[in-house]
Amino acid sequence: MAPPSSFGDKVFKWLTLAMALAVVALVFLVGWQLARGSSLAIRRFGFHFLATSTWDPVAEQFGALPFIYGTAVSSLIALIIAVPLSIATAVYLTELAPPWIRQPIISLIEMLAAIPSVILGLWGIFVMIPWLRDHPFPFLKKIFGWTPFFREPIYGVSMLAGGIIIAVMILPIITSVSREILRSVPNLQREAAYALGATRWEVTRIAVLSYAKKGLFGAVILGLGRALGETMAVTMVIGNTPQIRASLFAPGYTLASVIANEFTEATTDLYLQALFEIGLVLFGITILANLLAQLLLKTLGSTIKSGAVQ
Amino acid sequence: MKNNHLWRKTKSALASAASFVCALLVIAPLALVFLHLLRSGASAVNWSFFTELPKPVGVAGGGMVNAIVGSLELLGLAALVGVPVGVLGGVYLAEYGTVRGNWLLRFVADVLNGVPSIIWGVVVYGLVVLRFKSFSAYAGGLALGFIMIPLIMRTTEEVLLLVPAGYREASLALGISRWKTIVHIVMKTALKGIVTAILLALARVAGETAPLLFTAFGNRFWNHDLSEPIAALPLQIFSYAISPYDDWHRQAWAGALVLVVMIFFVNILVRFLTRERVARVL
Repeated sequence: MAPPSSFGDKVFKWLTLAMALAVVALVFLVGWQLARGSSLAIRRFGFHFLATSTWDPVAEQFGALPFIYGTAVSSLIALIIAVPLSIATAVYLTELAPPWIRQPIISLIEMLAAIPSVILGLWGIFVMIPWLRDHPFPFLKKIFGWTPFFREPIYGVSMLAGGIIIAVMILPIITSVSREILRSVPNLQREAAYALGATRWEVTRIAVLSYAKKGLFGAVILGLGRALGETMAVTMVIGNTPQIRASLFAPGYTLASVIANEFTEATTDLYLQALFEIGLVLFGITILANLLAQLLLKTLGSTIKSGAVQ
Repeated sequence: MKNNHLWRKTKSALASAASFVCALLVIAPLALVFLHLLRSGASAVNWSFFTELPKPVGVAGGGMVNAIVGSLELLGLAALVGVPVGVLGGVYLAEYGTVRGNWLLRFVADVLNGVPSIIWGVVVYGLVVLRFKSFSAYAGGLALGFIMIPLIMRTTEEVLLLVPAGYREASLALGISRWKTIVHIVMKTALKGIVTAILLALARVAGETAPLLFTAFGNRFWNHDLSEPIAALPLQIFSYAISPYDDWHRQAWAGALVLVVMIFFVNILVRFLTRERVARVL
């Protein structure tokens, strides 16, 4: 009897390999396309592009600094809000909650993750912004008005509103990745601490959280990567004004928002090129954040699925 | 000593309570958004929303039928790109390759998953729109398809790995070739999981707006040619949301409600259909 044909086997294996290699090809395709699209702007502005704060399409003066600033500040606000909430929720769900309540909360968080960014933005414009403008913002101004961060007039649309909406967007991913990390902590850790007479919270703090520190940091960086690239919801609430202001009540602009808003309006080649270069900058920083996050998560020994949410 | 123990117990209870409050705060936005969707959207969803084209400014009523159909067409095009590449790539990761090589491919796929969706719009704009000098449904579908690839690849791999090794060994022992074993035994066993992976990826890109802004572009009329701009539900919601007209805002809420219900329906359906084991890895 003839052995089964190896020809089909070879074809199938190479076919699947080619498809798997598509992910590598895509990374290069994105980098190449963005670099090609912005080559003229890169040659014209050089590194000044990253350090110039003028964005004047009419005069063909393009500097990305206000957008880099806006992306950094809004993401930072988002992390300050989202990280404690997400990690506390993950701790609650893996360590402290009664078993029956865990699955319902997990399902609800997955549903939050499934809400499209544009719908969160819609809610942001018509519900969140008016509420922030009337209640929390005046309150913040009254208490912290003496600092430069809460000084200027309140419009509603602002850097702070942008940060808050990004926080909502990244809550689910940080929570679910943190939960996976905490679940991968060996039970032996917990049992040892219990055996020493520790309370439930002490077990969590001493045996679980300190053990999972590195992975939780990875979860945070992964959330940062998402925050940096978040587009629609932020664009709808941040005010879209290219300026650098200390006040968090002042409107801002992010790298992703300027692409979303101005790409189809770019009338000159140089304008379009500058927007491609903004894309290149955004791609660069999100790739760095994701590389770091994956390195932190993957060296943990267990396979943590970062793609589970979003 | 006794008091100390009491204090430690109290601290533990306080920590539990505080983290419970945090969990409530995390799910609060979901409740708030959903309540508002129901309140503002339900009154605006009616029969004409599903049957009529958008009306010009100032004329009340109208619907988004072209955007609903447009979104479905875009998802179909995206599936043509994302499904074959994603599923077959997932087969390679689960069935072939070396440990180190596959670790690297997985790593790249996960990093790719973190690329902001607006970047895909820019890339496809350069790749397709500039070249053919027109926004088109093809461009929009391609952008969404690119986003689906790493998603489907990773989940397909996970569900294939759930198929017991014994199935493969039994088939190979019968003299059936490797690729037939994979296609007819392994993939068939995991079919439900693969379909689930595809549906979840579709539900995920169905709400994407950023990659469509300058690829599919949007259209207030029917699209009769896939090489022309096409309407999509998320795009329509966006342009209505930032418009100054109250009537359009109502339409935006209606569109948002329809979109969210569609996405939740798929999510709940797949979780209901898949068995506990498959649901876990997804």
